[in-house]
Amino acid sequence: MPYIAKIKVTLRQSILDVQGKAVDHALKNLGYRTVESARIGKYIEVTIHETELAEAERIGNEISQKLLSNPVMENYSLELVQI
Amino acid sequence: MLELLTTIKRSDFMSDITVGVVVFPGSNCDHDTEHAVASFPGIKPVMLWHNDHDLQGAKAIILPGGFSYGDYLRAGSIARFSPIMKEVIEFAQKGFPVLGICNGFQVLLESGLLEGALSRNRDKKFLCCQTHIRAVNGSTIFTSLYPEDELLSIPIAHGEGNYFAPPEVIERLEEHQQIVFKYTDAGGKITDEANPNGSLKNIAGIVNRQGNVLGLMPHPERASEKILGSLDGRGLFESLFLHIAEV
Repeated sequence: MPYIAKIKVTLRQSILDVQGKAVDHALKNLGYRTVESARIGKYIEVTIHETELAEAERIGNEISQKLLSNPVMENYSLELVQI
Repeated sequence: MLELLTTIKRSDFMSDITVGVVVFPGSNCDHDTEHAVASFPGIKPVMLWHNDHDLQGAKAIILPGGFSYGDYLRAGSIARFSPIMKEVIEFAQKGFPVLGICNGFQVLLESGLLEGALSRNRDKKFLCCQTHIRAVNGSTIFTSLYPEDELLSIPIAHGEGNYFAPPEVIERLEEHQQIVFKYTDAGGKITDEANPNGSLKNIAGIVNRQGNVLGLMPHPERASEKILGSLDGRGLFESLFLHIAEV
């Protein structure tokens, strides 16, 4: 059974997130006074044809570090779901 | 404004020297770069398609500006894995010159040939305007013909040019004079107001430790002809071509 790797990529806290800031301003303009901040990231789903969870996890981490995120300015989280 | 340099003469070469310009899907400054390169006597640009593996005997490689792969995922991140990049990285690691302009700079950072990253411009805007930069390191193979600390007028055109690197990397870049270009105001002062995109230390361009790989956000090919309003970019190409003619 293949796995779906659900990968979330977010900017590191130290990096200015101008898109998040623009959305944050828009939400405040809409009157949501309790909105404190907004950050924008990316969500990526990759289907991996592996039967072993450990191997799917290894591939998920490798592709996240190699291509899907840039460790200089981004963090990622990985979740694997069997389908 | 820098006077048109005439250091390179056709007689300096036995035959034309080839300079490769890589074409990624989405490159849009490739032909501007080709045009600028071809304007130097004795230098022949050759276009290198991203899917090829052959550098066609080029003595220097230029990664041009544009939106390789539509800037999908992150600017430069997919181009960095184009087939030809394997050869470009090996070429750079052997010490041959590689120049990355704008998107080309982003590709060099993604490929690990240069350190740091470029994020969205501080003010959220895509910026397309003339800027002033200072060649703060005039001793590289890319800047040797500029007088020390030369002030240049060269345009920028980018949405993601906000240079970032961790403090230890910035320290290292400073220690080894790897910061080559900085944004300045019209008077040549390095101020925060003159920083168009929020780059750390007003960084507009850096070189690797070995000195053979340069990346910069401004477009020297758009400042290489009188009709374009500035000739200040020519010194960069001419420094590089003089270097490869001498090697």
